[in-house]
Amino acid sequence: MALNINGNSFDLPNDPRTSLLDFIRREAGLTGSKKGCDHGQCGACTVIVNGERINSCLTLAVMHDGCSVTTIEGLGTLAEPSALQKAFVDHDGYQCGYCTPGQICSATAMLDEIKAGMPSDATDDITAAPTLTDEEIRERMSGNLCRCGAYPNIVAAIREVAGEAT
Amino acid sequence: MKPFDYIRADGLDLAAQQLSHNGAMAIAGGTNLIDLMKLQVETPAALIDLNPLPMNQIANEGDGLRIGALASNTAIANHAKVRADYPVLAKAILAGATQQLRNKATMAGNLCQRTRCYYFTNIDQPCNKREPGSGCGAIEGIAKLHGVLGTSNQCIATYPGDMAVALYALDAQIEISGNDGAARTMPLREFHRLPGETPHIDNNLDAGDIITGVTLPAPVGGTQAYRKVRERSSYAFALCSVAAVIAMADGRFTRADLAFGALAHKPWYDHRVGEMLIGEKPSLALFDKAADLLLEDARGFGANDFKIPLARRTLAATLCEATGVEA
Ligand SMILES: Cc1cc2nc3c(=O)[nH]c(=O)nc-3n(C[C@H](O)[C@H](O)[C@H](O)COP(=O)(O)OP(=O)(O)OC[C@H]3O[C@@H](n4cnc5c(N)ncnc54)[C@H](O)[C@@H]3O)c2cc1C
Ligand code: SF4
Ligand code: FES
Ligand code: FES
Repeated sequence: MALNINGNSFDLPNDPRTSLLDFIRREAGLTGSKKGCDHGQCGACTVIVNGERINSCLTLAVMHDGCSVTTIEGLGTLAEPSALQKAFVDHDGYQCGYCTPGQICSATAMLDEIKAGMPSDATDDITAAPTLTDEEIRERMSGNLCRCGAYPNIVAAIREVAGEAT
Repeated sequence: MKPFDYIRADGLDLAAQQLSHNGAMAIAGGTNLIDLMKLQVETPAALIDLNPLPMNQIANEGDGLRIGALASNTAIANHAKVRADYPVLAKAILAGATQQLRNKATMAGNLCQRTRCYYFTNIDQPCNKREPGSGCGAIEGIAKLHGVLGTSNQCIATYPGDMAVALYALDAQIEISGNDGAARTMPLREFHRLPGETPHIDNNLDAGDIITGVTLPAPVGGTQAYRKVRERSSYAFALCSVAAVIAMADGRFTRADLAFGALAHKPWYDHRVGEMLIGEKPSLALFDKAADLLLEDARGFGANDFKIPLARRTLAATLCEATGVEA
């Protein structure tokens, strides 16, 4: 009974009440993922599980036996940031930074969703492959709130990386 | 959160037995149940985690489509056949929640999600749904999200979801496995209940029942739309929504399957509304007559009075867009 976080294996907790978020922060000691609301409303706790972004506050650690979790710490390092981490710095995609780990995990998975051709509520023709307009970026990132209102710079950072990727 | 036993399901029959025990609840995506457990609105003694059960397939069945109970909202909305043949379903799913939530949310969990009534979610408030006999905070209080159709003097809550509204328009069937292992199927339109005298019962599941899947009939084509009105343009529950499957021939309606969200304790399907449109030429006057019929028994509770004219306008806007009538 174990789950993998950023390549390291951890035994599942004894108390089934432990949310995946609390497990990541307390048991694994990875405090990049943040707790904003603890109710699935803000996205600060977004991590990537088996390739999909989820709110780690609304799921139990014990439900993730055998899963691979990637947190902000697993995306890059200070010396070697991921393309999105670097773009957020270059574009000032934050002020206080509290929402940023969730924003970047979310955006990382979002670019994969675009590559996989997944539609969103902003997609006019849901049978066709989507193109990443600013409207699409905003809709697809709507699960990540930013209390500081850094949205224009967040969109700019994502647009830059998306442009390079496509 | 109150302590509970956590049990990974090991086969459908055993899970059904475990679920029949007092205080046991099924968990799928967890995005509604864990939220309510944190608020101590739900206090299960045991959680039966259904995720190990092989119930997430989406596959052709006859001319239709069968969607497993554990298929994620994302998998359903992204499925090629759903996008091509049942676009109203994909659109309704994509209009709900966020990608993070839809990745976890399952078909069955979404159908069983509980109301967003803020008296229900606040354990310091009276609520007949949470605690039968304690009264209804909303009827006396601020009933903004609440229902205007099919309410009772016990409860005026709404079913908040989007996906089910599209499934009502599409006339889906729901498959349920009983605690005796026997499978049954019922029209989804009969699955959710009105509050009546038993507002604590949301739907027609019995103890130990497990939803195993939903089936869609053969595609009917036509113009399919989901229009959701909300307080911000993304990531908010509906104030009113309309799912529409419309077909026309020679300038007249040949099909008008309409279902409405956020107006009642269940997605609202009134067969009379679609039937009165069949054979008629679309016009604003006709859409108004359809709204008269839909809303003839509508009743507001102050803060939600706006929903009655809003439902009228949302219906008209949906039909205008589907038929090309100028709004
Ligand atoms: C911030 C936020 C915003 C949201 N916005 C929207 C929105 O705009 N539109 C919308 O439609 N929804 C919205 N949702 C709700 C979301 O769609 C639901 O939480 C989700 O669909 C529930 O699915 P789940 O699999 O996570 O259910 P769970 O939380 O696992 O379960 C929900 C209920 O279903 C029961 N259950 C689950 N599976 C079965 C089964 N197979 N058989 C019998 N019973 C079962 C459980 O016992 C439980 O009672 C939002 C949620 C949040 C937190
Ligand atoms: S409307 Fe229903 S859910 Fe809301 S407080 Fe009244 S009884 Fe409870
Ligand atoms: S902390 Fe999980 S969504 Fe806010
Ligand atoms: S940078 Fe402060 S909340 Fe987003």
